[in-house]
Amino acid sequence: MNGNGILPLALDGIRLDIGGHAILDGIDATFASGTRTVILGANGAGKSVLLRICHGLIKPTAGAVRWASGEIRPRAQAMVFQRPVVLRRSVLANIEYGLRLAGVGAIERRERAASALARVGLSAIGTRSARVLSGGEQQRVALARAWALRPSILFLDEPTASLDPGAARNVEAIVQAIHDAGTKIVMTTHNLALARRLADEILFLHDGRIVESAATGEFFTRPRTALARAFIEGDLS
Amino acid sequence: MEDFSLAFAAAGSLLLSGDAELWHIIRLSLAVTLSATLVATLLGAPLGAILAIGRFPGRRVIVVVMNGFMGLPPVVVGLFVYLMLSRSGPLGELGLLFTPGAMVIAQSLLITPIIASLMRQVVEDAWSEYREQLVSLGATRWTSGFTLLWDTRYSLVTALLAGFGRAAAEVGAVMIVGGNIANYTRVMTTTIALETSKGDLPLALALGFVLVAIIIGINAVAFGIRNWAQRRFG
Repeated sequence: MNGNGILPLALDGIRLDIGGHAILDGIDATFASGTRTVILGANGAGKSVLLRICHGLIKPTAGAVRWASGEIRPRAQAMVFQRPVVLRRSVLANIEYGLRLAGVGAIERRERAASALARVGLSAIGTRSARVLSGGEQQRVALARAWALRPSILFLDEPTASLDPGAARNVEAIVQAIHDAGTKIVMTTHNLALARRLADEILFLHDGRIVESAATGEFFTRPRTALARAFIEGDLS
Repeated sequence: MEDFSLAFAAAGSLLLSGDAELWHIIRLSLAVTLSATLVATLLGAPLGAILAIGRFPGRRVIVVVMNGFMGLPPVVVGLFVYLMLSRSGPLGELGLLFTPGAMVIAQSLLITPIIASLMRQVVEDAWSEYREQLVSLGATRWTSGFTLLWDTRYSLVTALLAGFGRAAAEVGAVMIVGGNIANYTRVMTTTIALETSKGDLPLALALGFVLVAIIIGINAVAFGIRNWAQRRFG
């Protein structure tokens, strides 16, 4: 992958206040390359804002986001959102748009866009307008756009939450393939089954704090905290 | 009532006869208003985008003033342009007063705020949807502005129509800066005003028909384009 050397990413005492209210507090975490980290938690736990802070979309009130390369916001990262945002242009042009902003030359852009599209299984509709596609297809376009950038780390914010089961399975398979190709995966979800299937390690977030951080097997079989146990058993409101 | 139906009949035959003066007036009206719409779009659309996503002191004040200027009285715009272009005015040396060029300037000023305000709203809505994704991809504010304008291009049609309709319908500004000179700066609206006051209803009515037909026709075409584009491109 390009830009190796930006990982691990370390969060150091992250705090985020909005309107005098602490959304996140005391967040310390390290994201190392090679694994799939799932940030797990109920709605409103602060998963999405944590992901946005990692990606540099939100500035924390206190604490630091440290990349191993020392850069403030390294290029070799990408994010896929819960609701995909595609531009009013063709599917291929959407993928090339991201590459152009990353400074990739025209010829290489075309090649990389085409191969990314093939990898998400959308080669047949490259010339269609992206805005008329289904939600699942749009999410695959967003994944291809991110993948084409060859990021060292990919953030995914509940990428399957607004999709039907079939489309969600497609997205899962693509995330797995991106991981297999060597990209660090950091994904948020409240979906236990999805976390079990896709995660190597779990960061369990509750009320803006990291309550538990463990390997997936351990987290699900021997949760150390009552909050995690309650969440796994579906008793956490 | 009889006058009225006679006038209608006369209007119809005027139109069908291909009266040279009448067609000159129609052509000039279209040329002036379409030019003004083009100028106002080139100024107003980027201005709207800057107001939508820019961050600079005074932005809110400009937004409020632009919104207010959507209702500028044409005669006031005409008076302002007249003062600018009159021989003793700052731009008097250009010699533009009482030319079609002056009319284009006046109508452009009149409708630039309309197009800018409507596009600001459209781009602002798009910005709130696209913002995180564009920032995530590393787009600067300038890049985002161009991207959003291109992405909202079908809404631009609506803003453009609002501007065109306003410019095509106004009398006050073109009357003051054009002077309603026969075969030179006389357009549909000024002719209607003049002929009505002279009592020549057939010509006034004929032009009234044409004006309304053009506005409806252009709206219909734009409506069709927009619908087609929405189905085709989403």
